[in-house]
Amino acid sequence: LQRAAAWFEHGEMVLSALFYQSRCTRNDVLTFLMFQLFINNEWQDAVSGKTFPTINPASGEVICQVAEADEADVEKAVKAASNAFRLGSPWRRMDASHRGLLLNRLADAIERDAAYLAELETLDNGKPYAVAYAVDLPTVVKCLRYYAGWADKWEGKTIPIDGDYFCYTRHEPVGVCGQIIPWNFPLLMQAWKLGPALATGNTVVMKVAEQTPLTALYVASLIKEVGFPEGVVNILPGMGPTAGAAIARHMDVDKVAFTGSTEVGHLIQQASGSSNLKKVTLELGGKSPNIILSDADMEYAVEQSHFALFFNQGQCCCAGSRTYVQADVYDEFVERSVERAKKRVVGDPFDLKTEQGPQIDQEQFNKILGYISSGKREGAKLMCGGGIAADRGYFIQPTVFGDVQDNMTIAREEIFGPVMQILKFKTLEEVVTRANDTKYGLAAAVFTKDIDKANYVSSGLRAGTVWINCYDVFGAQAPFGGYKASGVGRELGQYGLDNYTEVKTVNTVPIKNLFSALVVCLLHTSLPLCTVLSAAVFPPKNDKKAKFLLFSTKKFNLQNA
Amino acid sequence: RIGCLTEDLLSVLRVKKIHFNNNFAYLINLKCPNYLLFLQIFINNEWQDSVSGKVFPVYNPATGEQICEVQEADKADVDKAVQAARLAFSLGSVWRRMDASERGRLLSKLADLVERDSVYLATIESLDSGKPFLPTLFVDLQGTIKTLRYFAGYADKIHGTSIPMDGEYLTFTRYEPIGVCGQIVPWNFPLMMTAWKLGPALACGNTVVLKPAEETPLTCLYMAALIKEAGFPPGVINILPGFGPTAGAAIASHMGIDKVAFTGSTEVGKLIQEAAGKSNLKRVTLELGGKNPNIIFADADLDLAVEEAHQGVFFNAGQCCTAGSRIYVEEPIYDEFVRRSVERAKRRIVGSPFDPMTEQGPQISREHQSRVLEFIQSGITEGAKLECGGKALGLKGFFIEPTVFSNVRDDMRIAREEIFGPVQQIMKFKTIDEVIERANNSDYGLVAAVFTKDISKAMTISTAMQAGTVWINCFNALSTQCPFGGYKMSGNGREMGENGLKEYSEVKTITIKMVAKNS
Repeated sequence: LQRAAAWFEHGEMVLSALFYQSRCTRNDVLTFLMFQLFINNEWQDAVSGKTFPTINPASGEVICQVAEADEADVEKAVKAASNAFRLGSPWRRMDASHRGLLLNRLADAIERDAAYLAELETLDNGKPYAVAYAVDLPTVVKCLRYYAGWADKWEGKTIPIDGDYFCYTRHEPVGVCGQIIPWNFPLLMQAWKLGPALATGNTVVMKVAEQTPLTALYVASLIKEVGFPEGVVNILPGMGPTAGAAIARHMDVDKVAFTGSTEVGHLIQQASGSSNLKKVTLELGGKSPNIILSDADMEYAVEQSHFALFFNQGQCCCAGSRTYVQADVYDEFVERSVERAKKRVVGDPFDLKTEQGPQIDQEQFNKILGYISSGKREGAKLMCGGGIAADRGYFIQPTVFGDVQDNMTIAREEIFGPVMQILKFKTLEEVVTRANDTKYGLAAAVFTKDIDKANYVSSGLRAGTVWINCYDVFGAQAPFGGYKASGVGRELGQYGLDNYTEVKTVNTVPIKNLFSALVVCLLHTSLPLCTVLSAAVFPPKNDKKAKFLLFSTKKFNLQNA
Repeated sequence: RIGCLTEDLLSVLRVKKIHFNNNFAYLINLKCPNYLLFLQIFINNEWQDSVSGKVFPVYNPATGEQICEVQEADKADVDKAVQAARLAFSLGSVWRRMDASERGRLLSKLADLVERDSVYLATIESLDSGKPFLPTLFVDLQGTIKTLRYFAGYADKIHGTSIPMDGEYLTFTRYEPIGVCGQIVPWNFPLMMTAWKLGPALACGNTVVLKPAEETPLTCLYMAALIKEAGFPPGVINILPGFGPTAGAAIASHMGIDKVAFTGSTEVGKLIQEAAGKSNLKRVTLELGGKNPNIIFADADLDLAVEEAHQGVFFNAGQCCTAGSRIYVEEPIYDEFVRRSVERAKRRIVGSPFDPMTEQGPQISREHQSRVLEFIQSGITEGAKLECGGKALGLKGFFIEPTVFSNVRDDMRIAREEIFGPVQQIMKFKTIDEVIERANNSDYGLVAAVFTKDISKAMTISTAMQAGTVWINCFNALSTQCPFGGYKMSGNGREMGENGLKEYSEVKTITIKMVAKNS
């Protein structure tokens, strides 16, 4: 309440009501939200005038209507972003360290408004407030600070190339980057995308998930507040098939980064291929194996495996949704996991005791319930849960399946809900083979006290991240991304910068006497170089020698061809 | 506020002792503003008097008057500081257990605090070192803030590697802090040099025992207060004002110090390296003197070249290790270049550091002033042509006229030794090979510059120079992102940039036996 009073004094926004939103009416909240498109540092309605409702998944009620971006709005945003990226623009002329400073200021502003943002995130997404405030928000701030530091450290190289040349590389921004982010960690995914893109000097057209546009739009207001130039970041709430598709196939978008389902990932890459071959990075689904060896600390492994699957209502691409347990501890592990799942507190996300809130929307809710019945149908043993957990909102009981076989649907497809599959294995070789037998390869974990076994499993697994005796350990410093159909490229860490960088190789001729270089090249029959050098030594007009050299070079190349 | 600080106001300077944070601080009453100065030794986040009880005076070089007295650290104080730093570095300590990103956060906070107090810091820097206030605010303070921010960003980006070694092994490297680092900083850029030293040392996770120069301890001690305010754990940074032969030597030869970094004269640099050799083979990095060639070709933009060459040598009253103090000018433009340089030097405004028009303040001390004047005398004696300046200026303070010598020969003292004052030497050259040979014929190798429009000449010179930094068509273009340091007797190692981190890291190679290795 004190915080709210402070906001009120600033004339910005009052949000005490929000804290109790699950019990209050829409009108208490509406006035404090940004619900338009953010283009060129301005708030705009959609060209079509259309809006869509965003829903509180804990109650199923509409929070507010949000402007719905469409192809026409993407067009406007790309224009703004292209203009912000033009040669000589304030953004292009800005010192790299100043880009870093702006990102740092954005982190500071988010930290200042963390309590509000966490409330808004919980309201729109349904994740427990305690988690939003203690996990999502600090990681967002840290991610932005991390990339703030990279801005002036993303160095090219000078290269000792053969011959009398001076060669260096410059790391230049790719250009206008389309970014499409999911609804499971709306703020965090936004930071993962903006951090590296802005640190490296790109401009951004971001589409936020239609389920959770509110926090991203609030961050847009902070982006303006801290002083990013117009058009550098544009944020468009909208639907995938319209706004998302428009970004993916846009001829002036130089790069697209998408986090979401593998299914849509395929479409994005296709759209790139059929338009301008824009660079594509994808963070997609997973069916991540979590391997528990019999020598592991049982209590710890049970708790971590529970967390690995149920964290964020099971709505994590890296959820440990295939828990492989060694045969001699299998029964005990299942028993304890069921016991733990039964204790999981499902309820009002604003209640600080709540561990699990609602699923994001009706569609996911139905899909998960469908998977649960397929599990039962295909013969897995339902140990607990399996049903709806409340009479309104999209709550699902924490569900555990025992005796799961590798070929069951629930062991092959991404459920994205609070449904745990526990499978049995005997030997290390067997479990590595079975764990790798999936189209996905996002994350994996192994629990054991034996260093040899840990090394064997961690190097044998085909996954972008392997956790040893821990799960869901993320740091802005450590890269994250998928093998196989779990994605293309890596986010976070220094690796994350690669996706937002074009490398330019610059060669110059430093020597005094170009002709001597030409002779050297001739002696070494380095004819392609001769072409360049002869043009430099003998201005091509009216010079027989030059013509001769060029001709012979051409002839040589033809012969080669 | 700046206008208030004319010399007659400084003359009524009074010092008052006040209570501050359970310690003593001192208020200096300059009639208008009140000055908060820290005059004690900073060990373990506490302000302490020296063990010996000794103090030393600090002077305002613009007036020659004493500002205040500062506690004088000696060997006994260095021992205390090293003990504190060792404790702060012990395994399991708050500092060692801290996330790298949190170290960065603290450095970032320190930068914010320096930014908050930058006008004040610039004021006492000017008062204590005599450098003009405005350049201090825009160059020194900005440089300090940017350096701290830059290294703040690096704290969690100091990557080891994992290595595909032969055999059934997994190998990876960790960049670990070296330990307790002794750092000795000079008086020409007191704050900025402090930041250059602290930034990489703290980003890498070391602890520090830092000795500021006895001429200019005040801003560094104020920074100590900000360090405490930012929340660095006790003992991570210890700041000991004192003299080289006592406190400095104690640091260099201390068995409990793992690394020493020194910026100052080549003469003292040698002593530091010797002391390290005689004691515990501590790692040594040195940023030392220079006698830097600045090569002007006939095709250069003459206006730019004259101005940059002028600033290149006269900036900070000539008290820069980077000073471009050997200016080689190509024959066809030599006379014109000398004429314009003299004209520019005559226009240089020497005066009170607090006058916004002032370009050049006093030299740092009476002793240094005499040394520079003695160099000027030697130039005249050895036959160089004194084009302008050459004398002390004013009755009070340690001012020297901007001085230009032409017809300087390479074997003259003013062409071989570092003057560290406002004295410009202009030489003539004919060919590019000749100038390369002459420019490199020096014990030093800190920086060099070349002015030309011809990209080939520029690249030829820049690759041929035996110097740690080469500027093309610019001078003193230093930035925290770019490594800086000397070839030959201008130093060991590099500061700033990513290279700066290597000097504060030990690499640990960890190899694990694997059962069955796969690619």
